[in-house]
Amino acid sequence: EVTETSKKSIVTFSEIHHFLLSDTIITETQKRISNAFDVFDHESNKTVDVREIGTIIRSLGCFPSEADLHDIIAELEEEEPTGFVRYEKFLPTMTKILLERKFRPITEDLLLQAFEVLDQQKKGHLEPEELTKYLTQEGEPFTQEEMDEMLSAAVDPDKNVILYKDFVSMMTFDDTR
Amino acid sequence: MGCGTSIAIENQTRPSETAMKAAILIQRWYRRYVAHLEMRRRYTWNIFQSIEYAGEQDQLQLSSFFSFMLDNVTQMNGNGPDLISHLLDSVVDPLTEEVRQLKYEQIVVSESYSGPRLSFPLSVTDTNALLSAFKEEQTLHGKYVLQLLYETKKFLKQMPNVIYLSTSYAKEITICGDLHGSLDDLLLIFYKNGLPSAENPYIFNGDFVDRGKKSTEIIIILFAFLLLYPDHMHLNRGNHEDHIMNLRYGFTKEVMQKYKTHGREILQLLQDVFSLLPLATVIDNKVLIVHGGISDKTDLDFLSTVERHKVKSALRLPKRSTDHLNVRSCSRSSSRHSRRSRMDSPCSSGRSSRASRRRKKHSTKQGSCSSSSSSSSSSSSVCSPRVSSRNTPRRPPPSPSLPSPTDVLQVPFLDSFVSLEPPEPPREELEWQQVVDILWSDPKNQNGCSLNSFRGGGCYFGPDVTQALLQKHDLCLLIRSHECKQEGYELCHNGQVITIFSASNYYEEGSNRGAYIKLGPELVPRFFQYQVSRSTRKLTLHQRVRVAEGSALRALKEKLYAQRSELMAAFQQYDIDNTGRISTSEWAQVVESVLRLDLPWRTLRPRLARLSADGNVEYGSCFEDISPGEPIPPVTPNLAETLYRYRTDLEIIFNIIDKDHSGQISIEEFRQTWKLFTSHLGVAVNDQTIDDMARSIDFNKDGSIDFNEFLEAFRVVHKLDVKEQQQG
Repeated sequence: EVTETSKKSIVTFSEIHHFLLSDTIITETQKRISNAFDVFDHESNKTVDVREIGTIIRSLGCFPSEADLHDIIAELEEEEPTGFVRYEKFLPTMTKILLERKFRPITEDLLLQAFEVLDQQKKGHLEPEELTKYLTQEGEPFTQEEMDEMLSAAVDPDKNVILYKDFVSMMTFDDTR
Repeated sequence: MGCGTSIAIENQTRPSETAMKAAILIQRWYRRYVAHLEMRRRYTWNIFQSIEYAGEQDQLQLSSFFSFMLDNVTQMNGNGPDLISHLLDSVVDPLTEEVRQLKYEQIVVSESYSGPRLSFPLSVTDTNALLSAFKEEQTLHGKYVLQLLYETKKFLKQMPNVIYLSTSYAKEITICGDLHGSLDDLLLIFYKNGLPSAENPYIFNGDFVDRGKKSTEIIIILFAFLLLYPDHMHLNRGNHEDHIMNLRYGFTKEVMQKYKTHGREILQLLQDVFSLLPLATVIDNKVLIVHGGISDKTDLDFLSTVERHKVKSALRLPKRSTDHLNVRSCSRSSSRHSRRSRMDSPCSSGRSSRASRRRKKHSTKQGSCSSSSSSSSSSSSVCSPRVSSRNTPRRPPPSPSLPSPTDVLQVPFLDSFVSLEPPEPPREELEWQQVVDILWSDPKNQNGCSLNSFRGGGCYFGPDVTQALLQKHDLCLLIRSHECKQEGYELCHNGQVITIFSASNYYEEGSNRGAYIKLGPELVPRFFQYQVSRSTRKLTLHQRVRVAEGSALRALKEKLYAQRSELMAAFQQYDIDNTGRISTSEWAQVVESVLRLDLPWRTLRPRLARLSADGNVEYGSCFEDISPGEPIPPVTPNLAETLYRYRTDLEIIFNIIDKDHSGQISIEEFRQTWKLFTSHLGVAVNDQTIDDMARSIDFNKDGSIDFNEFLEAFRVVHKLDVKEQQQG
């Protein structure tokens, strides 16, 4: 039986943060999280489908890997997984992620370097087959759909190769618009 | 391992660690990019839905204005022009059937006409000819349109309100949702699924017209197949099969533009045809198909007895027996009150789930709002008195059609109120409500049945209402349309309700897919999706998102502009030192409260307003992209905004006045209408201003106004907007 006084003696994680960081930053951050969450809250009952968690986290500016996401989702799911994540659980977890600046962004330069590494022969471009092989077989492999979608944006229609320098600058521009 | 030189040699073998790391990085980056894109796609969707819902609130405004005009036009000096009654009231056909038929037969079609020539009764040759012609962008001659509509009317007269079908004769029935004038979608469906025939029956669930540019072609095709295969082609009426809706949403304009000689007669005939369309279809006594939905008052047996052809438009309330009372002063204050109360009382409900959240959020603050009609509903009550308007301004009045018997009505009379026992609602009204509920209702997630923002008819029905109705009539499934869904279809109410929507790219290129259902004797629905792509080159995901997003943001900026004065005043309240900047939080708060659109404003901020160096929002920047055209007569900013905000309504009203659609109306007509409109809105404009405006608009001083130029003057012009010209 939880009495009034014992309820008050439980200190939540967000209260600690509240103490340590200024009100405004917390509130602004939480409002951003709330906004992003709401976009996927179709039933308007403060829950989202667990499969959308990755999208929400990424849209808030984080670059987690699939493995990172699995860990986060495990934390967010109920003991008996319902397929839904509640806002009450999501908010503190996401606040922590943002305030600790976890999963820092990948810069344009870093991305370009990555493509250059894959371009072993230093051609200045990649063949679609090359890129496909890397991205669908290595790391955290793309699905066929993901690969097709990337190729449709990346492949130069006339030359049928990926001019990755142009691709990278176009995508980063588009992303920041 | 993993140094540069060894990579060159080990080309064919396992990639190096560096390469693997590079791959992971790219994957990680790309997935984040796609998520960002998905977020933009979602909120673009939210914007379109919010604006559409907000537009429907305007719809209420318009219908109440029509009622207002009709009821007051005779009181205008006695000799006011009979502006709109001939269009808004149903016309009694003076000619007999035989005479009319003969008249159409005698229309001469010139030799130079190269389009299809229909012969009745129709054959497959005729439908094929129509399909080919429309693919070639040809127009069917007015004579054949009239004949087709006339035959359709004759045919539909024999049909009951509810049609009972069986799957036993065919393998599967195909059910399509809203098409909204998109011929491309209809042709794509026929391409994927085959033409209607005895082996391939179809049901089209309403909303064939409006918004899209090929509404005429769609109904011609649908009606032709209806006549050709009466047992295998079925059409349900939708809320857009309604001549007042058509005035607003483009079908009337399309007909008048395509058929200069016969357009008016075609529209008259369509009024009848639309009202004769069946209201519901039932498959195997198990699956109910209606356009909108149901309410807790829906009863299929009663629905079968309704005189459906009498409900020409859902937007004209049947006249109450109390309308002989002088409600003129009442309606003026009610309209002003309605505008204010629309802003004060946030109970106004919409069709999206976001709106239902707003409803839920505010219902805890104002308990009385939770299950009653929206506040703006009071404005359309010219036909029936309002309940205690002055005493309890926050409590929205009950429906005019069915007040509870214990309510005593307070009717304004001179300076006080008179108590009246409300009369029993006449059968006509009950019938009207049954029909409107079927055509306009939407499902919601919470239990219960609450009135839709449209006054007196159309509900938000919860899972319990669905369950009750299905049980009552021993049904297992409700299929409806009426709402655009991103995937073309959506299930709700534990799978007991399916929404099917067949107009892809409804809001914008890339906004959504269309879909249709195939239902066999086992009554398990199968869904088929598609999306029409206008450009020959397939757009990538991010291009589609960008196009849709651009369109949504433009529409949103227009909304911002339309309420500029209010917004600036509210912004400045936070900006005491007049720096031109306020915090993001304050900006979002202001915009949300003024615009009343439930959108993720913080997420949208980067697209709408600029940040200053200190991280605050320069609030003036949200009006920058939009530069108004030069208004011809100099008017106050408030008036310009009002004109801009109601420009669609104005266009409709002027289209009605401009009987021959020449684009010209007389100054006197302009003056009368303008006075009416502004008095209804409660905007104070004195006679002198109106006269000045009228005179300055009449450029060539011949006593008539070129309405198109008038509208252009107040239309907001985007700097780089080519699309607006394309849409004409």
